[in-house]
Amino acid sequence: MTTTTLLAGSAGDHRVLTMSLFAVFVLLTLGITIWAGRQTRTATDFYAGGRSFTGFQNGLAVSGDYMSAASFLGIAGAIALAGYDGFLYSIGFLVAWLVALLLIAEPLRNSGRYTMADVLAFRMRQRPVRTAAGISTIVVSIFYLLAQMVGAGSLVALLLGIEGEAAKRWTVVAVGALMVLYVAIGGMKGTTWVQIVKAVLLIVGAALMTVLVLAKYHFNPSSLLGAAAHASGKGSAFLEPGLKYGATGTTKLDFISLGLALVLGTAGLPHILVRFYTVPTGRTARKSVLWAIGIIGVFYLMTLVLGYGAAALVGPKVIKASNAAGNTAAPLLAQHLGGGEGTTGGAIMLAVISAVAFATILAVVAGLTLASSASFAHDLYANVIRKGKVTEQEEVRSAKLAAVAIGAVAIVLSIYAEKLNTAALVALAFAVAASANLPNLLYSLYWKRFNTTGAVWSVYGGLISSVTLVIFSPVVSGAKTSLFPHSDFHWFPLENPGLVSIPLGFLLGWAATLLSSERADPAKYAELEVRSLTGIGAH
Amino acid sequence: MDHPPRPDSPAESAVPAAQSSAELIEQTPEFRELRSTFRGFAFPVTVGFLLWYLLYVLLSSYAHGFMATKLFGNVNVALLLGLLQFASTFAIAAWYARFADRRLDPPATALRAEYGQVNSPREAAE
Repeated sequence: MTTTTLLAGSAGDHRVLTMSLFAVFVLLTLGITIWAGRQTRTATDFYAGGRSFTGFQNGLAVSGDYMSAASFLGIAGAIALAGYDGFLYSIGFLVAWLVALLLIAEPLRNSGRYTMADVLAFRMRQRPVRTAAGISTIVVSIFYLLAQMVGAGSLVALLLGIEGEAAKRWTVVAVGALMVLYVAIGGMKGTTWVQIVKAVLLIVGAALMTVLVLAKYHFNPSSLLGAAAHASGKGSAFLEPGLKYGATGTTKLDFISLGLALVLGTAGLPHILVRFYTVPTGRTARKSVLWAIGIIGVFYLMTLVLGYGAAALVGPKVIKASNAAGNTAAPLLAQHLGGGEGTTGGAIMLAVISAVAFATILAVVAGLTLASSASFAHDLYANVIRKGKVTEQEEVRSAKLAAVAIGAVAIVLSIYAEKLNTAALVALAFAVAASANLPNLLYSLYWKRFNTTGAVWSVYGGLISSVTLVIFSPVVSGAKTSLFPHSDFHWFPLENPGLVSIPLGFLLGWAATLLSSERADPAKYAELEVRSLTGIGAH
Repeated sequence: MDHPPRPDSPAESAVPAAQSSAELIEQTPEFRELRSTFRGFAFPVTVGFLLWYLLYVLLSSYAHGFMATKLFGNVNVALLLGLLQFASTFAIAAWYARFADRRLDPPATALRAEYGQVNSPREAAE
């Protein structure tokens, strides 16, 4: 059963309305993209939006990049179905920003130029470190991209009310084509404005629904909680931790593993890190993180209300019937708040919130495509393959071609990977980022002895161990919810590899540095330190 | 906006003389003071909030009874602790913003004013 059958009564009006709102958003953002494309002349414009955004603008854009479909639809749905355990995600996602604020954002802005690898390779031999960092950037981004695209395909099809496999595939192709257009034409400037528009839409939409939910309970959160617990059929257990992760010793360890990946992953996500290059100074990079923490924090508080509101007002039965993972809880809640199924108000609210969800997905995939194609062009093509002998125009052209290629790869993979669990993919992206990128960033910036050998070992060690552990985990085989439910080659008991692969990434970087005979260059470290703390010599 | 002769990497973008000047700046007492002020704040605070987060995660997993304790109405310890994680995140962010404004930006600006022109023609433009 799908939403379409549930919404059959109002299907006619809400489809037309939803389609029109989508069309308005697409036209608006394409207009912005073309406008931005005309102003994009240099590589700095293409990769870093000319470094001309303000702290507030970039804070909104960072929030836009971060509040993906997983945050809006996923967390609200998880809270609606699993109660308190869904809230634990929001906390990890938010606290993670303090790592970025205190240790990463400003030094990265001051010492890098276009990509994460700029900072990692700063003190090291360029080719091995750039190759490693470029590969891990692309792997993390493609996992994240795949999660969004797979989600987008089924979700957009559901929300639009299109039925059948063919329509779903065309939706994925359309999303993929749009994101390539945004990136190839608008570069970072266009993509940033798309993020800003999307962030504003998402916050206004979520705030409207939050107020409507709270108004139903006379602005008394306690009675909302009571109603949610009652409607869930689980009683007060719905408001306590453990409904989803409390079953056995293994699921509890899995939760700790997930918690670790979430809190340490954010500061290693390449598509988030490149956002800090769009502002002129380290100080504005700090301001963007401060704005982002405020915006994202308030947004997650609202998803708490929306999740419990959906449980109380829509009920878990209807939500599960529409989407087993709860991904349509927020749109269904919107329909209820507008007056319910079959009413004009319900249709309008459903259309508006669906359009917001669509905007969210499109903007996030554009950000991911930009980060990975930029890393391909700047790190792998310009610095490794062409050894730096390449003009700015050639480099930007290769980034645009890479965006087309990455878009095509994502479209094809998402069509064939439809059955993959999107939540597992996002958690994997966070775990890979925390294992392969974060140790390297921290050692590079703060450990004088760290050298090329250590950098290469920590990236490949974190990358290979996290991906391998996922392949041999219950996510891929041996459980009913696995990618291959009928075969069983799993030997790693946890769904999230973070508990093992993150310490391993740190350990390998440390041990390889100490065991190699290579000496770190003190002059380069002095330059990195001076640049990252004072901004002297920054791009 | 960038220098016309395209440097291969950020590390190589500074002229050779700049590297020795970076080492020179690194050895000044002003810079050392700035570095220890920054590290003296960032490192312990990071350890602190990570431990506080870890405590919360462990309590959620292994102290179900405690987390389920009702405080008032339908609000229990779990919800309160979750909201406290939000509150502490906002508070630490605000604390760092204030600290950086007062203790990090002025010495960094002073160092930039004194040495910044040496190796960054672009800094002035920004």
